[in-house]
Amino acid sequence: MADGVKPRVKVPKSAAAGEAVMLKTLISHPMESGQRKDSSGNVIPRSIINRFTCEFNGEMVLDVAMDPAISTNPYFEFEAMVNEAGDFKFTWYDDDGSVYEDTQSIEIA
Amino acid sequence: MDFTRRETLAIGGAAALVTLLPAGAYAATSEELIAEFTGGADMADTGVELTAPEIAENGNTVPIEVRAEGASAILVLATGNPTPPVATFNFGPLAASQYASTRIRLAGTQDVVAVAKLADGSFARTSKTVKVTIGGCGG
Repeated sequence: MADGVKPRVKVPKSAAAGEAVMLKTLISHPMESGQRKDSSGNVIPRSIINRFTCEFNGEMVLDVAMDPAISTNPYFEFEAMVNEAGDFKFTWYDDDGSVYEDTQSIEIA
Repeated sequence: MDFTRRETLAIGGAAALVTLLPAGAYAATSEELIAEFTGGADMADTGVELTAPEIAENGNTVPIEVRAEGASAILVLATGNPTPPVATFNFGPLAASQYASTRIRLAGTQDVVAVAKLADGSFARTSKTVKVTIGGCGG
């Protein structure tokens, strides 16, 4: 597990039924591309988050396959349809097998 | 040594092919990835939007946006990177719009390509040239 990995997610507290809400996610991660070399010329091995998913009450909103060209501290912004109150579940999958999760609930106003 | 017209043409053709090969090496990788995504289907020019800055000062974080109405998936490629794939966005049933924004790395000035799989199963492609002042692959 890479050090200091911390997911941060911005979800509105409440929404009207059938409303589209904007979700913003950021996770601190070095996203080592496997292209860089250290000071002695050795290639630093690749270590990235290779997949990100967002589900709402178990149904898929977005599933992203990520490659080394995604920047350090991967950021995603997208829209989800909210028809009922429930939980957004965000999951990040690391190359080394670690899984980072965050859950945010939303209410119907 | 006598060459028939047919032989001359064959030799000329072979020489041209050999000359073109090195330049095509990188492009072929991107084209192969696109062919793999589309299954070799034809791509329309409209139906997918890619927003990226014209000039990016820092290639380490270049903000991009993709949007394709009704698409089930959008593939993003950086044709000039050592490894062209950037990301594939798969939209689920609860996606309110087929829109996503993220930040990517670009090794240098190049074309960024987005290919979308639309609702009717057809494909659309767009590309945008981004000028990069400082490359972002730590080469």
